[in-house]
Parts: sequence; C-alpha cells; structure tokens
Amino acid sequence: MNLVTNNKWIGQRTIRPDGMDKVTGRAQFAADTTMPGMIWGKVLRSPHPHARIRSIDTSKAEKLPGVKAVVTSKDIVDFPIEKGAVMLGIQDMRWMCRNVMARDKALFPGHPIAAVAATTEAIAAEACALIEVDYEVLPWSIKIDDAIKPDAPILHEFNKFDGKPSNIVGRLEHKKGDIEQGFKQADTVIERTFTTRPVHQGYIEPHACLISVAPDGKTTIWSSSQGQFMVRAMTAYLTGIPQSDIRAIPAEIGGGFGGKTIVYLEPLATLLAKKSGRPVKMVMTREEVMRATGPTSGSKSTVKIGATKDGKIVAAHGTFYLQAGAFPGSPIRGAAGCSFTPYDIPNLLSEGFDVCSNRSKVAAYRAPGAPIGAYAVECVLDEVAEALKMDPLDFRLKNAAKEGTKAAHGPVFPRIGYIETVEAAKASPHYAAPLGDGNGKLRGRGVASGFWFNAGGESSAQVNITEDGNVVVTTGHPDIGGSRAGIANICAELLGIDYRRVSVIIGDTQTVGFSNLTGGSRVLFASSMVVTQSTEKIIQTLRERAAKIWEIDPEAVKWENGAAHPVSPNAGQFEPLTLEELAEKAPAMGGPIGAGVQLNTQGADGGFGTHICDVEVDVDLGIARVIRYTAVQDVGRAIHPGYVEGQLQGGVAQGIGWALNEEYIYTKEGKVDNPGFLDYRMPVCSDLPMIDCIMVEIPNPKHPQGVKGVGEVPLVPVMAAVANAIYNALGKRFYALPMSPPKVLEKLDEPVQQAAE
Amino acid sequence: MAKVHVTTSINGEPMEFLCEPSDTMLDALRGPLALTGSKEGCASGDCGACSITIDDRLVCSCLMLAVESEGHEIRTIEGLAQGDRLHPLQQKFLEMAALQCGICTSGMLVASDALLKKNPDPTEEEVRFWLAGNLCRCTGYDKIVRAVMETAAEMRAQ
Repeated sequence: MNLVTNNKWIGQRTIRPDGMDKVTGRAQFAADTTMPGMIWGKVLRSPHPHARIRSIDTSKAEKLPGVKAVVTSKDIVDFPIEKGAVMLGIQDMRWMCRNVMARDKALFPGHPIAAVAATTEAIAAEACALIEVDYEVLPWSIKIDDAIKPDAPILHEFNKFDGKPSNIVGRLEHKKGDIEQGFKQADTVIERTFTTRPVHQGYIEPHACLISVAPDGKTTIWSSSQGQFMVRAMTAYLTGIPQSDIRAIPAEIGGGFGGKTIVYLEPLATLLAKKSGRPVKMVMTREEVMRATGPTSGSKSTVKIGATKDGKIVAAHGTFYLQAGAFPGSPIRGAAGCSFTPYDIPNLLSEGFDVCSNRSKVAAYRAPGAPIGAYAVECVLDEVAEALKMDPLDFRLKNAAKEGTKAAHGPVFPRIGYIETVEAAKASPHYAAPLGDGNGKLRGRGVASGFWFNAGGESSAQVNITEDGNVVVTTGHPDIGGSRAGIANICAELLGIDYRRVSVIIGDTQTVGFSNLTGGSRVLFASSMVVTQSTEKIIQTLRERAAKIWEIDPEAVKWENGAAHPVSPNAGQFEPLTLEELAEKAPAMGGPIGAGVQLNTQGADGGFGTHICDVEVDVDLGIARVIRYTAVQDVGRAIHPGYVEGQLQGGVAQGIGWALNEEYIYTKEGKVDNPGFLDYRMPVCSDLPMIDCIMVEIPNPKHPQGVKGVGEVPLVPVMAAVANAIYNALGKRFYALPMSPPKVLEKLDEPVQQAAE
Repeated sequence: MAKVHVTTSINGEPMEFLCEPSDTMLDALRGPLALTGSKEGCASGDCGACSITIDDRLVCSCLMLAVESEGHEIRTIEGLAQGDRLHPLQQKFLEMAALQCGICTSGMLVASDALLKKNPDPTEEEVRFWLAGNLCRCTGYDKIVRAVMETAAEMRAQ
C-alpha cells in the first residue's frame, strides 16, 4: 500500500467545490431548470390499492385546450413476464415498466395510470381528471401477515411459492455450521419477534425532470437522480430510444439516500415530449413522493440467539420478512446478509423472504435492509448480554468478527475495524459518563453495532490540465453529500498543488465514461480510485515532458510540490518546471495533457460501526428523547473529515426518526394517511442533540488512499441503540417500531391493564 | 382569467410581475421572477426550504400569496450576499460543512439570518427551536447549529 503521508490536503476540511453555488441559491436542481417552449406533465394515479384496469378513455382529456399529449401503458415498452428477467443493475425491467405505469392492474394507491402534458400545470391536472378509467376493484393487503395468509389476494398470479400462487416472491439464505447442534451447546437462548413499519427516505427535493426530444429522437434529460447513467439506460429501455441518443445531464440532487436510484418520471416525460414535440417538465408534489415513490420495507423478523454462560455465541437463527411493495425486490440481502456479520458465530442460519403487498414498490434506503435486520439482532444481543450479566460492549467484543472470520454471506474477512469501534466506544467519554438526573424523567443508555457491505463497481474519470496549468476533473457519479470535496483533496494532494486549482465536475452521460449509481457507499471509494490512476498518468506525462526539455531520462525526473525536479544532482542541475510552465509549453511539447481511466473497481471493504445512545423518557407524555449520541465508525480514511462526520450525523438522525416517530400510517381503505411532512414526523432540529462522532481509521489496503465507504453504516445500528436505551430507562422492551408517544404510553400502561383485567 | 399586476421590492430592487391570484409567492419567485434559490420541498409550510422574509418577518413563501407582496420588502437567499461578499452565515456554512445536498440550505440561511437579526446571542436551544421549521435530511443538524452559533459569536465580536 502506498498511502500518501504528511498530507497537505487529504484529511483537510476544505471548502467543497460546489459549495458557493449552494449557499447563494444558484445551484441548479432539476426543478430549477426551464427551456424555451416548455410544457408541463402530470400523472393520473390510481385511487385503489388493487384493481384490474378494464379500460382507459383519454378522449376527453385529449380534447381539452392546452393539452399536447397523453400517454398510457400502451406507449411504454412492454417486457413480458414470461420471457424472463431483463436486469439493469438490481432492477428487473419487467417490474420497472409496470411500476412507471400500471399495465393490467393498479397495485397501490398512487400507481400511475396515465400521464398528460399541457401548456400549464393546472391544465395538465385538469386533463388528468377527465381521463375515465374503468376499474374492477380487488381485495388487497398491506401488512406482511395479511399478504402471506393462505387466502391473501395475490398481486402476481405468475408467482409460485411452495408450488402455489403466493405473495412471497423471493427467498435467500446464508448458512454456516449446524444451528440445531449449536443451540444444544447454548446455556441461554433468547428468541424474539420484531416488526418495523415502512419509512420514507425523506429527501427534501421531490423528484423532478425536464426532457427535450428532438424530431430525430435526440433526447436531453435534466433530472435529479443518483445516477445519470441509470436514468439514460432505464429511459432507453422503457421508451425504445437508443441509449446513444439520450444525453442524461445530472442536475444537483437534493437528497436521495437510495430513493433516487430508480426512475419514476423520466420515461413518462420522454414519451410526452416525443409525442408533443415540446420539452416537458415534471415535478412531483410531496404527496406524490410519499404515495408513489419507494419507501423502504416494513418488516417482521424473528431472531434467536444462543450463548454459553461464558459469553460465547454458539448459534443464531434469523428470519426476515420484508415488504417489497407492488413488485419483487425488497432488500432481504441487506437484512439477512448484514445483521449477524459483526459477530463470529459458528452456527448460523439467516433467511430473508421478499413479500409483495399493495403499497408502492420499495426503493433502496441507506444500507437497504441492514437497519431492519440489525434492529432485531442487536436487541436480542442486548437481552442475551443482560441474561449473562455481561456489559453489552464486552459481550460484543467477546464475539467480534475479525481478520480471518468467515462471514455467513461468503467472504473471509481481511483486516477489518469492528473491534476497534467497540473498543473506542468503550473508551469514549460518553460511555464513562454517568447518565445524570433526568429531573423526573427516566434515563437510559443503549449500545448497538452495525455492518454494511460497501461496494465498488464501475467508475470513470477524466482529468485534464488547462492551458493555464490548473486542473479539471470529471467523474460520472452525482455528488450527493460532498464527494467533489474529497476528489479535489485527493487530486490536489497527488499533484502537489493548492486544492483550489482543482475543479471537479460531474459529467453527463455523453461526456464521461460509464459510472454506476451513487449508492452502496461506493462513490468516493470508486471515483477516487479512477481519479488517482488518471492523475498518476498525468504525472507520468509531466515527468516525460520535463525529461524531454532537460534532455534526460524520464526516470531521472520526480514530481514533487506541483513541479518536476531532477531526482538527484547526478541527473543534472535544472530549475524545477511547474505545472503551469509545463501546461504553457504543452502545444510545443506533445499537445494537451489529460488522462482518463475506466475501471470496474474492486476491493471495497465492509464498514462497521458501534453506537451509544442516551434517552430520556417522559412517562407522562410518552415522549422519548435522545439526549446524547455517539457514533463510532471505522471509516477507512477520512479524506474530508467534515463530510465523513456529516454522513455519520445524518445517518444517525434518520435512524432516530425511524426509531421514534416515522412510519407510514394507512387508512382502512389502504391509502397512506400521512403523505406530508406534517404528519410523517421526520426529526426537526429541536428533536435532536449534537451527534458526536468518533472516526476510527483502519485504511483499506486495497485502495490507494485507504478509503472505505462511510455513508450507510451510520443508519444501521441506530434503532437498536435507541430501543436498548429505552429498555434501559423503562425496564420495558419494544418489539415494534416506531416507539412513538402513543406506543410508549401503551407500554407503560401494560401492568395497569393487566391488573384491571 | 386575468393576471394580477404586482409591484414590490425584492432584495432591495423595485420589481413588478404578473401572477394568477392563486399563485403563491414561491410560484412567483421561481416562475416570472426567475429566482430559484427558494426551493419547494412540501408546498405546505412544513419544510422551510422556501423561507423568505417579508418586511424582515420570516415566512414560508409557499404559504403566502404572491399578491400579498404588493408594496412590501421581500428578501430571498439571492439577496443574502453583498455583491461578491458572502454573508458571514454563508461563509461559515461553507467552512463548517453545514450543508450536504444543499436543497435546504437556502431556507436554512434565510431563517438563520432572521434569527440573528432578532437575537444576536442565541443559545443552542434557541437556535434549534428557531430552525425547527426547516427540515434537513442530510446533516442531522449538528453542523448547521454549530455554524449558526459560531457566526453569531463572530458577528458579536465585530
């Protein structure tokens, strides 16, 4: 490993390259973009959770003055189910074509039925109301228990489980050893069942796009997404336009957290633009975002853990049922594959079940599935530690996975940093501090750990030296949380120049090589790898240019502090040639200086974190408040500590919301009853304390700067840490999320009710 | 459907525009006035991304009708910096990484500026309650609160 030491820029809290635009209101998000001749698109959505579509009559809408185009599922490319999966990343186009527009059945309230483009948004909405849809309303189910009943209404008749039509659309298992034998060795066995409710990613920017299709089919998309290449490919698949004709330009993205890794509007707006001959803009309302875009799964998990009296876990069994929503694809891999991974458990069976039900198709949400699994596992671990009278962190240390441990999902771990996170938590001032007096409120402390796989994958970069000797770096993944700052730090470090001389641009699909989504905690890992290699190629060119000027061997030239120098006095006595000087001489010395690299990046190490949470519970009001929180994480190497901390703090805040307040509430008609920020209670500023971060840095040996992904782990342990803290405060354990005031009061009233009975 | 003519002042400049009687101030800002720094996150006054001030009073521009700006002083994020000189809050947000995706940032800055005008020495709790109408899903608010407190301290020292 060739880590840069004595850094000037790596590890510095530099000002992000896109920051100035964002603090002055200039940054262009998708809804900020306009075009001459632009018209507006709106979607007609199903009011029913489950209904066969007998017919759609759009004639009245088409006649409304101002309406320029109407599209239905007939206009979308069909991927017949019987022809088998057509995968694009993790998405199957058979489901995607039915998710963007209902085909034969509407499968959730909010499922698109038709789309209209008109000269104003109001006319488009009016036209939607004129579309006549003949529905045959069908029985429906939302909860897992209802969806897996033997007589449950089946969403997809083609799907069979155990030989019968079923809403269970997938199963996976990770297995190690023999759990029956393992549980026989255990002195203490605890088994519990947990449920969680669907929660939304809650990005503040609703989905939006502006799309122009020229008469020759050349298409330009400005949209908010976690991957312009994903947008290009999915739009191409669903509209039949070749990818080479579609230029997807990444607008600034106002949050995603996984929720913007699929398309909703782009194929519809493209078809409307094509039919109308006008550029079409579509922007979702908040209500549409809540009803029709992917929240993550609700779940039902059963976890059984057995340990010997000296504190060694000998067996574990986890069963994780996750809601997929209308189409297959819930994150069972994250739930079943991540939740036991921090531990070295000899006998393990971890099973995931993917369950369809009549709510919107789930989309990825920060470490998809892993927080759901960790909530169950880390709560049971807490109970086992208590039964064994062990400190919960000591119990985790005793069972910690380390280098050489074989994880149930396959890999044998290289050097990992899990133990270091537990040790740092144990040694933290937070863990040593007394809980203090709650002034009438009950206080408690909980801990929990978490793991996320992290990812590498395809990434492309182009680095060009400008004629005045500065640097332009272009990469292909949207910057969702500050990745441009990390890239600028790395490039400046390698070239030995001021980071302000490096401009970092997110390229569009037609100007930079294929780059996969911003997701999986992969972006800085992958993009800094290709930027490093590109920059190294440039440094090689610069050395060759200097060698030519000095008429010496390129091997006798070193690059240091932004200039070429002779490696030693033996190489000759020459004044250094700076980047600016070499850039100026470029036309005469071989032409433009630039280099690009495309890679399928490998070697992403998993990420581990351990959290400590203090709560205070008002037993009169049932309000649990987090009063102190510390997130410890092995971050590999903090290229920009400010934005690494930001990832940790943001993930924790989302987890606190998930733990305490956030949930989809449904009416008895199967519709989301809280589709806005007022009733879907995300944490606001006054709900939270400062969130302390401890960054453990165990560099990834397979990355030139030691980078590990950091964005997702911070959400994984939070709900368990909060639940364990509430248990510590109340002596009562919650087996369902959220632990909102009515549920806390219900729990506090339990003994009274029993006495009354 | 006749449009309404509105005469107002935006960021210190006299301004006229036409709007539907039902248009919100946010519609007017983002539409005819081409000031897209104010963002629409919810259109129901719950996220604060569209925060502006009218006669120095903080409001969600999605909850105010455009016609209500007639004869009043509107300030938006675009008016926070003075020429090429950033407002101290803007500078501090940059230095302290108090933004991630940036969609809430305009509203956060406008709201924070309104707070510091009213209360140059807020406690952490006062900052948190003042900003409780501005949702941020990325940062966990920690760095935003710190940036506001630190800006307040620096502005008091000057």
